[in-house]
Amino acid sequence: MRKIALVLSICLVAASAVLFAGRGLNLGIDFLGGVLLEVKTSGPADMSSMRSKIGGLGLGDVSLQEFGSKDTVLIRVQRQEGGDDAQKIAVDRIKEVLAGSVAEYRRTEFVGPTVGAELKEAAIWAVLAAVGAILLYIWFRFEWQFGVGAVIALTHDVLSTIGLFALLQLEFNVATVAAILTIAGYSINDTVVVYDRVRENLRRYKSTPLIELFNRSINETLSRTVMTSVTTLLALLALFIFGGEVIRGFTIALIWGVFVGTYSSVALAVPLLVYLKIDRRALTDDEEEAEQEAGA
Amino acid sequence: MINISIFQRVTVALICVLGILYALPNLMSKGTFEDFPDWMPGKTINLGLDLQGGLHLLLKVETEVAIEEMVGNLEGDIREVLRLNEIKTFPKNMKISGNAVQFDISHPEKRERVRELVFQRNPGVSIDTLDAGGFRIEFTEQAIADKRRETVQQTLEIIRIRIDQTGVREPTIQQQGEERILLQIPGVDNPEEIKSILNTTAKLTFHLVHPEIFGGSPRPPPGYLDIPSGEDDRAGTRYWVRRKVDVGGDNLVDAQPSFEQNRPVISFRFDQTGARKFGRVTSKNVGRLLAIVLDGKVISAPRINEPITGGSGIITGQFSVAETQRTSLLLRAGALPAPVSFLEERTVGPGLGKDSVEAGRIASMIGLVLVVIFMVVVYGRFGLMADVALFINIALIFAVLSTLGATLTLPGIAGIVLTMGMAVDANVLIFERIREETLGGRSPISAIDAGYKRALTTIIDSNLTTLIASVLLFAFGSGPIKGFAVTLSIGILTSMFTAIMVTRLLIVFWLRRSRPQTLPI
Repeated sequence: MRKIALVLSICLVAASAVLFAGRGLNLGIDFLGGVLLEVKTSGPADMSSMRSKIGGLGLGDVSLQEFGSKDTVLIRVQRQEGGDDAQKIAVDRIKEVLAGSVAEYRRTEFVGPTVGAELKEAAIWAVLAAVGAILLYIWFRFEWQFGVGAVIALTHDVLSTIGLFALLQLEFNVATVAAILTIAGYSINDTVVVYDRVRENLRRYKSTPLIELFNRSINETLSRTVMTSVTTLLALLALFIFGGEVIRGFTIALIWGVFVGTYSSVALAVPLLVYLKIDRRALTDDEEEAEQEAGA
Repeated sequence: MINISIFQRVTVALICVLGILYALPNLMSKGTFEDFPDWMPGKTINLGLDLQGGLHLLLKVETEVAIEEMVGNLEGDIREVLRLNEIKTFPKNMKISGNAVQFDISHPEKRERVRELVFQRNPGVSIDTLDAGGFRIEFTEQAIADKRRETVQQTLEIIRIRIDQTGVREPTIQQQGEERILLQIPGVDNPEEIKSILNTTAKLTFHLVHPEIFGGSPRPPPGYLDIPSGEDDRAGTRYWVRRKVDVGGDNLVDAQPSFEQNRPVISFRFDQTGARKFGRVTSKNVGRLLAIVLDGKVISAPRINEPITGGSGIITGQFSVAETQRTSLLLRAGALPAPVSFLEERTVGPGLGKDSVEAGRIASMIGLVLVVIFMVVVYGRFGLMADVALFINIALIFAVLSTLGATLTLPGIAGIVLTMGMAVDANVLIFERIREETLGGRSPISAIDAGYKRALTTIIDSNLTTLIASVLLFAFGSGPIKGFAVTLSIGILTSMFTAIMVTRLLIVFWLRRSRPQTLPI
């Protein structure tokens, strides 16, 4: 059972790595810099005419896609040479050239290269810091092996989410990073619940062999894990269906995160403990000493 | 944990009531709660730009330009000081390299004197004597840092005045870091207008034009600058304009759009000093052209027909009404000490804003209904109590957000919905525990007691780790993401409170009143 899960997880991470390297992420303008326009056209959008008009401006890579409905188009233009002000000029030119066909500019965003680079750096730091802080916390509350197990499960979740985005080519922007950090939090939440039970069982059943103890812990927490996942998924489902196009990518990431986070807590975090050789005496001794002192 | 002291009960009840009270204003339209008595809390949540529609703009103040100007002025100063004291420089011209002015003098014995004079005029410089025998004068690190800071402050103030004058509601203008300014203006329909106001330095100067007027050969004679014309009917021509500024925009006291012979013009007025200078220039130079230069372009170059001593006049040119209005606004607010560049801009139109609010509202309500039903189906009566706690939880979240004046964004709404799903987690943990204890043979009271006790550490551990992620998210994120982090963090804290205190209270009440033999769980 353990082995199957392990193999599956390794495949998942490997696949994610391959997708990431090969297909790459669909990085949004938040990280690359560039221009994003969400426009509503009068009548169904004539994408090809819009594309050729904008293409004719010589602004480089331009992508247009339907965004939620036939008359809403998302236009993305790559980062312009010439620093921050150049982006603004590009926006002006695009608006000029689209003048007749656009009914409403729902949203305009441009990110200069300076801010783009900063956001990228901040995102990476945030994720690393989160993983680090969580590792420290778990180490502090449990034993170091638990910390390692938790971090491996966490990293697995984060990497597979990145893989999902590479696969579906969903836009990877600042909101996505927010979703990843949330997934990290949720996954750890789950993992800690199981670990907590493991710790409790280690203290209670001193003679039970480890593997049996672990299995027992998983079974005991399973109903709670499933319940919480279901309630969270229900809420997320409502968001996915009714929350509108703008946060759809974000919601998809979270939904995936709930699945993969639950899976990793059950199938990865605990089984890994087997390989990590818990010293059960270390965990139980403190408790015993404390009890003795309290009793005496 | 079954025994909840009176003190605790009262406190919990109080918090719940306050929560509902503080959250209420959000549900009502403005009219209704105007009628409420004064002591009732009246703050509502701020809607973020992505929900209200508006402009988010991050500017960078190009302080380098101000520093360059400062060094240029230093050079002019030194030149004048040496001239007044009849000390000749050798070679004739000074050199500006980097942020330093370099020159040598032809009479080495006057070195000390030069030092004294320069230092007197400009205490903020450091004077180095070069080995080859010359001077290298530059501003100290401190002086440059001070100038940078001052430039940013001034720019912030002037931008504030400019934005104020456009009459937008509740703009947020704040300094971000050392050289950046963040602008958030809700409800802006035309961001281009705002951007054009920020884009112009609005430096107005009056100079005499060379008698030969138009730039014939590429190099202007010494003491003159070659400046392009900004006039519509003379685009492409250049003027030779005297470098010395005869009157500057900082002497302007007022500028207003106006009409003269049905053409839009800008009427202006100088202060006393300005009026005097203006009078002097016009008296001495009747017949010559006076160039009015705005941001490096000549916008008008009328002939001086007679001396103007009144200190006021009009600027005519090919202006549109909108242009006269905008330019007057800029002149009144003052010239920016340094140009600004746009680093980031996000505009959300009102249409999208409204749609987002709708979407958020529908999603939250449906999410809520789903979770509520689910809890009742699975946990029965206890599920119902958890649901009551959930409602109070949401009220508390809104109350805290309103009181803090925090901003709700679309991801923020997502955060609330997520919290709804996760909030029940604490309750689920407790209920599952209670179930287990009951199956293990405990009596109802004891099972509930044990359930709460055992679950407590787990709840704290798991919520704390999510909180860590959430806090980091707040630190890293900007705007909408920050909104998400805020609602998530608040949600975690309130859900811990409601699960541990409120649900428990409800269960204990029920327990005492019905004294069941077995638990319906």
